[in-house]
Amino acid sequence: FLFQEKIITASFYNWVSAMVAKLAKICTLRISPQTLNFILSDKVAGGGVSMWCELEQENFFSEFQMEGVSAENNAIYLELTSENLSRALKTAQNARALKVKLTNKHFPCLTVSIELLSVSSSSRIVTHDIPVKVIPRKLWKDLQEPTVPNSDVSIYLPVLKTMKSIVEKMRNLSSHLIIEANLSGDLNLKIETELVCVTTHFKDLGNPPLASEDASQDRDPEQMAEVRIDIRKLLQFLAGQQVNPTRAVCNIVSNKLVHFDLLHEDVSLQYFIPAFS
Amino acid sequence: MKCLVTGGNVKVLGKAVHSLSRIGEELYLEPLEDGLSLRTVNSSRSAYACFLFAPLFFQQYQAAAPGQEALRCKILMKSFLAAFRSLAMVEKSVEKCCISLNGRSSRLVVQLHCRYGVRKTHNLSFQDCESLQAIFDPALCSHVLRAPARVLGEAVLPFPPALAEVTLGIGCGRRVILRSYQEEEADSSVRAMVTEMSIGEEDFQQLQAQEGAAITFCLKEFRGLLSFAESANLSLSIHFDAPGRPAIFAVKDILLDGHFVLATMSESDLHSPAPHRLVPPLQAHSTPHLDDFANDDIDSYMIAMETTVDSEGSRAGPSIPLSPGLRPPCSPGPYSEDNDAEPSTEPGTPPPKKFRSLFFGSILAPAHSPPGPSPVLAEDSEGEG
Repeated sequence: FLFQEKIITASFYNWVSAMVAKLAKICTLRISPQTLNFILSDKVAGGGVSMWCELEQENFFSEFQMEGVSAENNAIYLELTSENLSRALKTAQNARALKVKLTNKHFPCLTVSIELLSVSSSSRIVTHDIPVKVIPRKLWKDLQEPTVPNSDVSIYLPVLKTMKSIVEKMRNLSSHLIIEANLSGDLNLKIETELVCVTTHFKDLGNPPLASEDASQDRDPEQMAEVRIDIRKLLQFLAGQQVNPTRAVCNIVSNKLVHFDLLHEDVSLQYFIPAFS
Repeated sequence: MKCLVTGGNVKVLGKAVHSLSRIGEELYLEPLEDGLSLRTVNSSRSAYACFLFAPLFFQQYQAAAPGQEALRCKILMKSFLAAFRSLAMVEKSVEKCCISLNGRSSRLVVQLHCRYGVRKTHNLSFQDCESLQAIFDPALCSHVLRAPARVLGEAVLPFPPALAEVTLGIGCGRRVILRSYQEEEADSSVRAMVTEMSIGEEDFQQLQAQEGAAITFCLKEFRGLLSFAESANLSLSIHFDAPGRPAIFAVKDILLDGHFVLATMSESDLHSPAPHRLVPPLQAHSTPHLDDFANDDIDSYMIAMETTVDSEGSRAGPSIPLSPGLRPPCSPGPYSEDNDAEPSTEPGTPPPKKFRSLFFGSILAPAHSPPGPSPVLAEDSEGEG
C-alpha cells in the first residue's frame, strides 16, 4: 500500500479538516481512487456517534495517484489525529502548491509539503510529517459507509448558526434535548427539566422530496417524529459547522436516531446521533 | 534612581517586561551609566534575558542620586508586570511612567500618569540584590544569522504554540531550516507531528554559517524576544556556536538593546538516529579564542553572587554552585531545582534532556571575592561596570 501522491491546488478546502478536527479527535482517513473519506466510527468512545465525510478527489487535486493493498481492495485506511492534519493544512492557506504523500520515516507518516507564497524571490517550504497508523484490512468492515435508515421524517435544517446559538443556551439548562420535526416543515428543539421547559419552533423549513413513496403517504404531515439526544453531541456537531452548507437535511427515526446530511459545495458530511438511552 | 518614560516608549518598556516575564520570575533592575538594565534568569539557569535602555530612551534619567552609589534591586516579575499588564491600556491611556528607587524607602515606585489626570502608583517591595551577569560575547560565536523579526515570526508560525524545543540549522543550498524537536518517547503509541520550515538565504540580512551547523533550543523562550522584536520592528540576530554552547539572540537600536542567551542542547543530549537529526553533528572545533569556555565541566559553571554593599555592609551567603542535570527549562509544571533526572543507562533509551546551564560570574570588587571553589571568571565582555 504504497506511495500515493496528491498535488492539491490552492482551492482545497482546508476547512474540511478543521471541521473534522472539531468533530473527531482521532479519525480514519480512507483513500480510494475516486474518493477521500473522513470516518469516525466510534461505537463506544463516542457514545455511538458516527461520521462519514466524503470528497470526490478530482474536485480538489490536480494530481492524484494511489495504490491500495490489491486491485480488489484498492483503498488505504489511515488513522490519524485530526488536529494534526488540520494544523498542517492551515499553513497552506497561502500556499502556492501543496503536496501530500504517504511516507515512511521510521514510522508511517502523511507528509504534507507546502510551498508558501512569498514576497521575496526565494520560496519557503513547510513540511509536516503527520504520524499515521495504517489500518489492516481485517478492520475495514467496521469503517464502511453507514446505511441510512428509513427515516420517519426528513426536513431541511434552519440556519446552523442560529441553531447553534440556541442549543448553546439550552445546554446550560439541560443535558438532553428533544429534536422533533414533521412533514409540514416544522422543527422544534425542546428541553424539559423539573424547573423549566423551553421550546424553540422553526417553521416553513420545507421537506425534501421523499425517497420512498409508500411509507410516508400514510403519515399525517402534522405528526412529529422525535428523538431525545445528548445535547453535547448535537452541540459538537453544530460547532464544527463554520460555514452554512449548500444543503442541510435532518432525518429522524423516531426514538432511535437523528441523521444529519449536509452538503458543503463538493463535500458531503453525514453525522449520526443515536437516541439517548 | 529616577527615570521618566514618556509617550510610545512606555509601551516599548511594557513589551520588554512582558518578554522578560516569559523567562524568569524575578526581575533584576540595575541603573547604570549606560542606561537602565532589566535582567532575568530562569530557575534552571538555562536562559538569561537582558534589556538595556539607553539614557536617551528616557525623558529623564538619573542612575543614582549625586554622591551616592547606584542601587540595584530584585523584584518579583509578576509585581512589576502588573503595572504593564494590559499593553492596550498602556498604549491608549498612559502618558508617562516614572520609576524611582531610593535607598531610604524600601519600595520601588512605578507611577503611571494616565489621561484625565489619573495616576496609578505601584509600590513594589524589593530585595537587595545580587549582581546578575551572564558571560557571553556574540563576537566569539562562529555562526551568525540576522533577519527582520517579521521573517522569523513567519518562520515560527507553522509550529504549535505548545512546542517546547526547536532545532535551527543550515541545510543544503544554504537554506535556513527550523524543525520541531521531539524527544523520542519509549512508548511510541502516540507520536507527535514533526514540522519543518525551510527559508532561503535571500530572506536573511546576514548569514554567516556553514551548512551543517545546527542548534536546538527552547522555542518558548525565544518567542519572548521575537514578539518584542516584531512589535518594535527590529532585526533579530542569532549568534551560535557548537551544540551545547549558549546561543545569543539579540536586538538592537539606538535607544535599546536586548539579549536573550539560551542554552542549547549538546551533542550527547541529542538523540540518534541520525535521520531525525537536522544536519550531521558539528565537528568540535578547537578555536583558541574559546579557551575560556573549553572546559565543559559543569563545575566550572557557577553563579557567584554578591550583594550590594549597603550601609551596614551585609553580605549574601556563599556562592551557589549549579547542580548538573537540572530539569529542562521547558518542561511543564512548576520549576524545581530538584535533580531527579538520573541519566538512564538502559540501552535504547535516550539520555534525559539536559540543558547545560549558562555561565554566570560577577563583577568582583577586590574586597568581595566570594568563598568556595575557584570560579571560572571570564572578563565581563559586555563592558558594563
